[in-house]
Amino acid sequence: MNIMTEAGVEQKLSSGTNAPLIKMKGEKVSVHYGEKRALFDVDLDVRENQVTALIGPSGCGKSTFLRCLNRMNDTIDIARVSGKITLDGEDVYDPKIDVVELRARVGMVFQKPNPFPKSIYENVAYGPRIHGLARSKAELDGIVESSLKKAGLFNEVKDRLLESGTGLSGGQQQRLCIARAIAVSPEVILMDEPCSALDPIATARVEELIDELRQNYTIVIVTHSMQQAARVSQRTAMFHLGYLVEEGATDKMFTNPDDKRTQDYITGRFG
Amino acid sequence: MTDAISSFGAVGRPVSIHTDRAAKARLKGRYRTETWFKWLGAAAVALAGLFLVLLLSTIVTQAIPALRQNYLTLPIDLSAAKVDPAKLDAANYDAIAQEALTAKFSDVTSRQDKRLLRGLISTGTGVFLRKDIAADPGMLGGTVDYAVPLDDFADLYLKGLLADVGSDEAISTSVTPSETSGDIDLTFGDDAMLTLARGHGATEGENGMLTLTSGASSLLVAFNGGMVKLTALSPGTNGTAVAKGTVIEALDSTAPAASGQAFLRVIDTPEASRKISDKMIVWLDTLKSAGLIESRFNSIFFFTGASREPELAGVWGAVVGSFLTMIVTLAIAFPIGVSAAIYLEEFAPKNRLTTIIEVNINNLAAVPSIVFGLLGLAVFLNFFGMPRSAPVVGGMVLALMTLPIIIIASRASLRAVPPSIREAALGIGASKVQTVFHHVLPLAMPGIMTGTILGMAHALGETAPLLMIGMVAFIVDIPGGFTDPATILPVQIFMWADFPEAGFQQKTSAAILILLLFLVIMNAIAVILRRRFERRW
Repeated sequence: MNIMTEAGVEQKLSSGTNAPLIKMKGEKVSVHYGEKRALFDVDLDVRENQVTALIGPSGCGKSTFLRCLNRMNDTIDIARVSGKITLDGEDVYDPKIDVVELRARVGMVFQKPNPFPKSIYENVAYGPRIHGLARSKAELDGIVESSLKKAGLFNEVKDRLLESGTGLSGGQQQRLCIARAIAVSPEVILMDEPCSALDPIATARVEELIDELRQNYTIVIVTHSMQQAARVSQRTAMFHLGYLVEEGATDKMFTNPDDKRTQDYITGRFG
Repeated sequence: MTDAISSFGAVGRPVSIHTDRAAKARLKGRYRTETWFKWLGAAAVALAGLFLVLLLSTIVTQAIPALRQNYLTLPIDLSAAKVDPAKLDAANYDAIAQEALTAKFSDVTSRQDKRLLRGLISTGTGVFLRKDIAADPGMLGGTVDYAVPLDDFADLYLKGLLADVGSDEAISTSVTPSETSGDIDLTFGDDAMLTLARGHGATEGENGMLTLTSGASSLLVAFNGGMVKLTALSPGTNGTAVAKGTVIEALDSTAPAASGQAFLRVIDTPEASRKISDKMIVWLDTLKSAGLIESRFNSIFFFTGASREPELAGVWGAVVGSFLTMIVTLAIAFPIGVSAAIYLEEFAPKNRLTTIIEVNINNLAAVPSIVFGLLGLAVFLNFFGMPRSAPVVGGMVLALMTLPIIIIASRASLRAVPPSIREAALGIGASKVQTVFHHVLPLAMPGIMTGTILGMAHALGETAPLLMIGMVAFIVDIPGGFTDPATILPVQIFMWADFPEAGFQQKTSAAILILLLFLVIMNAIAVILRRRFERRW
């Protein structure tokens, strides 16, 4: 792994190499939940306009790491994060960083679809509204429409934008949550097992969507499905018992991993 | 393993630990426990239901008489000689009404009897009359028929609550009086009356003399257009009976009444054990049979303030007092309680201090309410010098009492909002305050409102703390503001239950009914709010 401290700048200088920029970077990230240590000195880069998949058996710390990236762990009283996580070179745990601004830049989609119990329109419009992204009703309508379109949901819901978001099917709800995240125009989208509550058809649609979204956003996805990681991601990181076991290009990880644990996990021998 | 299964199979039906005899016994035992538990539960519910029905039916049957009041229509002389239209306040309206009543009974002459007669109508008559004349001066200048409320005893008698009314039975013999008024002798054609008197508790004396004391039932004989009360009986000559009696209503003549022309009225309750004399009963019956008494909806009870006279006492003052107190309670307890709950649940760090606060709030909910009354007395009245008996102080005391209930209910409903909603809002960059006020609070609101209404209902029924701050005072005026002296419904009920007058018994029940009605309405609102605003996610 090539470590570059001023990721943005140096990457741009060496842009001739066609290597993607490093968008987010974790250095020696450790997390304690009270006395229990959940994450041990994880170093991981997230590259721009790529999908990074975090895989590993349950309880391995992949969701914990994901939640560090937009400081969602702040909401857990006993969670303590050490190490350094940067977004475009800025330390996100710096006291000067506004967590609200950070979460606007690093959006999140959760495991279980969690639309607000409001109308579909309100679900999507809420983010732009609180961040003041639209100056007029028409502009807001435009953001809602384009977000729903990007999430591949617009055609299904365009006639019932004012109906409750909780009335949609599970797959639609999850795409609504993606639309809601997109509406704020984040730079990074974190997805915590976004398909675990969905049936295979809905899963396929969300996966397609992730692939499309990669053009404009940087995506980090936690998944339990090896196939999903293989299908949607460009890079994969394997976690085990709180340690980052191995990280690399997805193709290589799935064909020729360096670590035996990765190989065992991928081939279904444990996990 | 496979061997074992095949050998079981050979028996026909395989026997395992789930199908052998012991297992069947265990299963049976389990069902038996279940049946037992179901029956016990049903019995408990039935018992609770029975008590509820008993309680409600007692209160309702007691309260129903208080909903109506008997009025006597009298021809009131309001000519200029009695009431000077220029000086309405100078007239003695009570005397005018009483004159109209005594005019109906010209044969009542003694001072004592006249006083009894005047006592039939309410002492508040003059006040009502003056008020109505002030509202409608057109009544002045002549004689008008005006309905005056009856006194509480008269009213209770007519409702059948003071004595059993008895019935008129024709006497199957002749009755001959000696005089038409005063103490007279009566001669009955046969001695059947003697047996009857014995049966009704007459005291047997010498020579077969039977005395009807005030401890015996009253025997009243109506004939010749009058009424005689029997006081003593003795056997006469030739199988007749001679009775001594007091004329209550003068007879037309001393002519003998033929068989079937006289009527005997028996009032079983002895005069000594009822609050209304035979004379009053007779007068009331006369007035009633003349069609002058009618039972009306008791507007006095619903729309006036307190009074020491049962027929003049109303709940409106207490209802208004309760309402004003509840407004103050709600205005203080709701915002403070909800804010405290939001802070503790969503913002406060979880440390020792907040734990102590939490424990204390939970404990406060269990503090006896009279302690809050003492606090109100010591702090609001004595230290801050706030007005005694005022709804504002009562409301503040009840707010203190309701606060922990609202805080606990609000925290519970805030906690019940799924964390995924908070994460969703935080995940798109809503600040903590935005998350709480845009998403969590609206979802928790039905629960918070339900808790608040139940807390308010609790406060509405509270008596003890308000006794301490002087809301138990006897207040006749209907409170006009938050600082006017007032009382509240439960305190009013408490006071009425304490009054010795029989008339207050029904008023107490009726006031309880009104209080229950308020509570039912509040609880219904809570249920409706919960149903309507409950959202699913």
